[in-house]
Amino acid sequence: MKILVAVKRVVDHTVRIRVRPDGSGVDTDNAKFSINPFCKHAVEAAVQLAEHGHADEVVAVTIGPAKANDVLLVALAMGADRGIHLVTEERTEPLAVAKLLKAVVEEEKPDLVLLGKQAVDDDANQTGQMLAGLLDWPQATFASAIEVNGDGLKVTREVDYGRATYALKTPAIVTADLRLNEPRNTALPQVMKAKKKPVDTRTAAELGIDIAPRLMVEKVAPPPDRAGGQAVGSVSELVDIIAEVAAGGERA
Amino acid sequence: MAVALLAEHDLSQLSETTARAVAALGAVGLPVDILVIGANVGVAGGQAAAIEGVRKVRVLDDVALEARGAEALAEILLSLKDEYSHFAAIAGAIGKDVLPRFAAKLDVSPVTDVIAVHGPNRFDRPIYAGNAIETVTCNETKIVLTIRPSAFSPARSDGSAPIEPLATPAASIADAAEFLVAHRTSSDTPDLSTARIVVAGGIALGSVHHFEMIENLASVLGAAVGATRAAVDASYAPNDWQIGQTGKAIAPDLYIAIGISGALQHLAGIQGARKIVAINTDPDAPLMQIADYRLVGDLFEVVPQLTAELEKRLNR
Ligand SMILES: Cc1cc2nc3c(=O)[nH]c(=O)nc-3n(C[C@H](O)[C@H](O)[C@H](O)COP(=O)(O)OP(=O)(O)OC[C@H]3O[C@@H](n4cnc5c(N)ncnc54)[C@H](O)[C@@H]3O)c2cc1C
Ligand SMILES: Nc1ncnc2c1ncn2[C@@H]1O[C@H](COP(=O)(O)O)[C@@H](O)[C@H]1O
Repeated sequence: MKILVAVKRVVDHTVRIRVRPDGSGVDTDNAKFSINPFCKHAVEAAVQLAEHGHADEVVAVTIGPAKANDVLLVALAMGADRGIHLVTEERTEPLAVAKLLKAVVEEEKPDLVLLGKQAVDDDANQTGQMLAGLLDWPQATFASAIEVNGDGLKVTREVDYGRATYALKTPAIVTADLRLNEPRNTALPQVMKAKKKPVDTRTAAELGIDIAPRLMVEKVAPPPDRAGGQAVGSVSELVDIIAEVAAGGERA
Repeated sequence: MAVALLAEHDLSQLSETTARAVAALGAVGLPVDILVIGANVGVAGGQAAAIEGVRKVRVLDDVALEARGAEALAEILLSLKDEYSHFAAIAGAIGKDVLPRFAAKLDVSPVTDVIAVHGPNRFDRPIYAGNAIETVTCNETKIVLTIRPSAFSPARSDGSAPIEPLATPAASIADAAEFLVAHRTSSDTPDLSTARIVVAGGIALGSVHHFEMIENLASVLGAAVGATRAAVDASYAPNDWQIGQTGKAIAPDLYIAIGISGALQHLAGIQGARKIVAINTDPDAPLMQIADYRLVGDLFEVVPQLTAELEKRLNR
């Protein structure tokens, strides 16, 4: 099996971003960027499938600015064999990313494409499903377990009522949830080795696909402020407060 | 044109989130039809017809649709594309799975997790774990949305819309993921995304056994039970109890957070809470800073006492 895994460079999940005062967007100028956490789970899943002899090649792909080669390096250090970097400095919506990934899929012909379930910047949770739609492939989103099952896969998904297990024929799309695995840490030797792995860098424009955004972002605002409240001195005081709401009369 | 809303249900009962989405879509200014799709969904179809402001309910009842896979649902929506200008679903596991797939097939960009509707093509959605809200205009040929139900109050249920059957489209469905087995969390607590009171616990509970303290308090209050990712990862609570950026969004009148630090990914799910009570040994925990009522204390002392006193007070 050949696996393609899509990784995105995002503002690190520990950074508390600030909205620009003029409402034009989020100030990311001095922010720390990292590989999207969900993508790390996707890479880990791909590398584990390879380590268990189920995959013979893991190709990591990213779409983004020149700087996004740093997240490819993370994927390569974790064990991906080679990278593909489609360079664009433009904002790309999931639809555009899905179209570019489709072009890569047509070149690379993987049996499985792994993606994160969502990117923690746009929180879109769209790209994997859109790629599956464009390719007309089966999809298993929000995966918390992946097993090889004959010549297909068995995937457990996190759903609203708990979990559900599905059988998929390959080629297929799977998106990774956080409980899929524990992504490995990489140390300097892996990073040094990763730097020698091949990366095919091209401009996204070369693929001749229209990737202009379809949605117009009119403004970006901070969420309503939550002022702190009062300290409660004792449990019985808290009982009064809670009982009032629970009784169904007064709202808290 | 009109709006097609994919109903949320568990096959037997319609979820209240559907009525919330109907209320949200009122601001689009077009008639709303509800699509009830699944196996043995007659009851849910009837419940959908009672939602105020619905033009009609279209029921597709087919045993083959028990699992409601994204591949099949996307094809069904596609067969209706000429009848509607807007397609919407609830931003739960099904809506999130299906609508982007469907949108890609239409070659349009969907707007997911909508928290405000400003008209037919202007919407607000949270980004960066809710630390920013973007207002987007969508000039696509078709508008495809998922609605965050906790951001809206439900429409009333004294309507009586006509119910019509909807046929399974003739188009063959692409190779689909085949449903094998469900692992259902057995619990009779209210639905997190629509509950009036939510009690949640964090990693500080320390074990699945101690997490029962949270469930007991919730049961006294008739509340839904929630958890942090850390508590779910540690298997103290099932995954469908997770609240936050990648879990469920809640908007109760009262949220009681016990032994929860308030990481920004957790806060992403509780922005709609009207009042927050936090119980934590650390007065400086981020959640204590924004809680309406904060009690500094050890949950192992506070929670049993709180539960016992509330039980007495509420006669339960
Ligand atoms: C991509 C990503 C997505 C995520 N999504 C989510 C999400 O959807 N939901 C979510 O919840 N998290 C999410 N997280 C995890 C999040 O960052 C935090 O790690 C998590 O919310 C912390 O959970 P916690 O509050 O239980 O644990 P901690 O942060 O460890 O906090 C425990 C708290 O308990 C208090 N405490 C300890 N002992 C006691 C006691 N005896 N009595 C009272 N208080 C006590 C401590 O003072 C502390 O404040 C996500 C993380 C990432 C990277
Ligand atoms: N620019 C990108 N480059 C590579 N992969 C991406 C990109 N954007 C999104 N993805 C993939 O799609 C997943 C979901 O992203 P999103 O739909 O934006 O929430 C991510 O976790 C990645 O696996």
